[in-house]
Amino acid sequence: MMNSRLVEIWVGIFVAAGLAALFMLAMQVSNLSTYSNDEGYEISARFQDTSGLKVRSPVTMAGVTIGRVKNIHFDEQTFEAVVTLRIEDQYREVLPKDTSASIYTAGLLGEKYVGLEPGGAMKVLGQGDEIRLTQDSLVLEKLIGQFISRFMDDSGDN
Amino acid sequence: MLSSLQRLGHNALGFFQRLGRAHLLLLRILEGQPALVPKFSLVIQQLYSVGVLSLLIILVSGTFVGMVLGLQGYNTLVDFGAEESLGVIVALTLVRELGPVVTALLFAGRAGSALTAEIGLMKTTEQLSAMEMMAVDPIRRVLAPRFLAGFLSMPLLAAIFSAVGVLGGYFVGVGLLGVDQGAYWSQMQANVDLYDDIYNGVIKSLVFGIVVTWIAVFEGYDAVPTSEGISRSTTRTVVHASLAVLGLDFVLTALMFGE
Amino acid sequence: MAGDDNLVEIRNLTFRHGAHTIFDNIDIDIRRGSITAIMGPSGTGKTTLLRLIGRQLQPASGTILVDGENVNRLGRSALFELRKRMGMLFQNGALLTDMNVYDNVAFPLREHTRLPERLIRTLVLMKLEAVGLRGARALMPAELSGGMARRVALARAIALDPMMIMYDEPFTGQDPISMGVLVRLIKDLNDALGLTSVIVSHDIAETSEIADDIYLLSGGKVVAHGSREDLRNSESEWARQFMHGLPDGPVPFHYPAAGYADDLVNHNGTRD
Repeated sequence: MMNSRLVEIWVGIFVAAGLAALFMLAMQVSNLSTYSNDEGYEISARFQDTSGLKVRSPVTMAGVTIGRVKNIHFDEQTFEAVVTLRIEDQYREVLPKDTSASIYTAGLLGEKYVGLEPGGAMKVLGQGDEIRLTQDSLVLEKLIGQFISRFMDDSGDN
Repeated sequence: MLSSLQRLGHNALGFFQRLGRAHLLLLRILEGQPALVPKFSLVIQQLYSVGVLSLLIILVSGTFVGMVLGLQGYNTLVDFGAEESLGVIVALTLVRELGPVVTALLFAGRAGSALTAEIGLMKTTEQLSAMEMMAVDPIRRVLAPRFLAGFLSMPLLAAIFSAVGVLGGYFVGVGLLGVDQGAYWSQMQANVDLYDDIYNGVIKSLVFGIVVTWIAVFEGYDAVPTSEGISRSTTRTVVHASLAVLGLDFVLTALMFGE
Repeated sequence: MAGDDNLVEIRNLTFRHGAHTIFDNIDIDIRRGSITAIMGPSGTGKTTLLRLIGRQLQPASGTILVDGENVNRLGRSALFELRKRMGMLFQNGALLTDMNVYDNVAFPLREHTRLPERLIRTLVLMKLEAVGLRGARALMPAELSGGMARRVALARAIALDPMMIMYDEPFTGQDPISMGVLVRLIKDLNDALGLTSVIVSHDIAETSEIADDIYLLSGGKVVAHGSREDLRNSESEWARQFMHGLPDGPVPFHYPAAGYADDLVNHNGTRD
């Protein structure tokens, strides 16, 4: 049997390596560094179509991630999708009241995200406020459909 | 016809008896866990033979699996011009699936079989009986620390496997094939979720740790006390533990990622 | 109480292994301070008897009293308390293979007492000295010969100063010298420590040399009982055959079978 001091040192190394690996997976591999749990405040936005958007999709302004999608649900009254956005605490009381929200795609086939564009109002959005101006997710099939029908119309004119 | 029915019945009864014994044993092992607190040096000893001695095979396999993932992923992704996503592919594959599963399979082969053989041998050479006659409960003294060590080692080993694999993928993708290193990490971070992926991966390996160690310890304790019995039990440990891991992996994956 | 000078009293003990009856209603008394030998042909369940006394097995019926306590009625902790006062020497010593000789002997002390390490050392060296292996304390069990392993196990068995020791086939497979050493040791320890010893064996010469009382078991029954002289001079066929090592007698040379001639003629014999 090995002497118990050496055994303990080895076990110490093993446990430290295991915890370091877990730590690396959390910090370096996953989105923990961009994760802010209950910090921040929530605003909501209504869309006709949110297809492709997911909970925890990024919310960006000028290309910088300032929050995450917290929740998406369907409103039976208006047949709209209500998206709750959690904005990080450091951006509290800076988004103008007339900020608009759009759903964009990163790259042609990439992930959907919510892009915010600031308006010019003096008042700011706070906890629970709703964004009025929204633009829906672009659905590729619809786009192609529109393109084809316009193309048909064009060729019909000639 | 009747005799084959009888054989079926006999086997089924035997199976359920074993299952019952296995559960009773698990219960008694769990009962023995609190008694380990003042005797943690026993667990340290087992962490060494179960965890530290499995480290090398985990490090080597993790590195190579990560490198293969890097290579395969790159070759597939480059056709779509999406090689920037290599980090995502490598990390998700490792953290969600290969890390816990391959670690558990290697663990069953390396540590599980050793546990079975060791306990079976202790039974065959009457060491367990001798302990009983010395008023020492072998389940608490021998099985419980081994079980706890297996349970604690598995997630650590799986994490090491995944971490080393991500680095192996980095080495091949970024180092050899020229994927942008910033893209490798940032795409990974954007798409690997702490809760959905890492946390669930850890849960998986905890479950595998329990199951593999349980099977190994039970097979040793239940072994027929002859050298032939030990070798059969050892084989059974590896086969049953591997099957259990793969089956449970499907169930857990369906529960966690199924929605 | 009648059984006051009996440390172990076995009454109407029946034990079955599957459909096989190992013991059929036997009575055995083991006197305090004596060396009692349980002998019999191989396969008569002598070892099983020791396991029944230590309650590693449960009998189908009958009672086993050890020091006035019915072992089959004891709760777990009471049983463990009783076992601390019983030592058992297994056939091959059953030393814990992952510890050296010293730690093996210290094992029961460390498990059951809170003695400081200094005192444990004194005790362990004392017990090892008693079996003549103080110099071997750093060896691992794999480095010991069979006889030495048994002596270490003996030192371990007396570590907690038990009231009795049960020896399971202590002489099997030993060369004459270590056999002699073991015989002496068992006798000396029994007398010096005031133990009660039970020896299960089929080595007649060695065992009967030191045994005060001999039980002869066969076919699940006690077939003879008495001192060595009693059995030597016994009229019982069993005792005669066993004590003198006759090849045939009540224990037949042939395993029960159909008639030889029938067997040879019957070519379909393999089917039945």
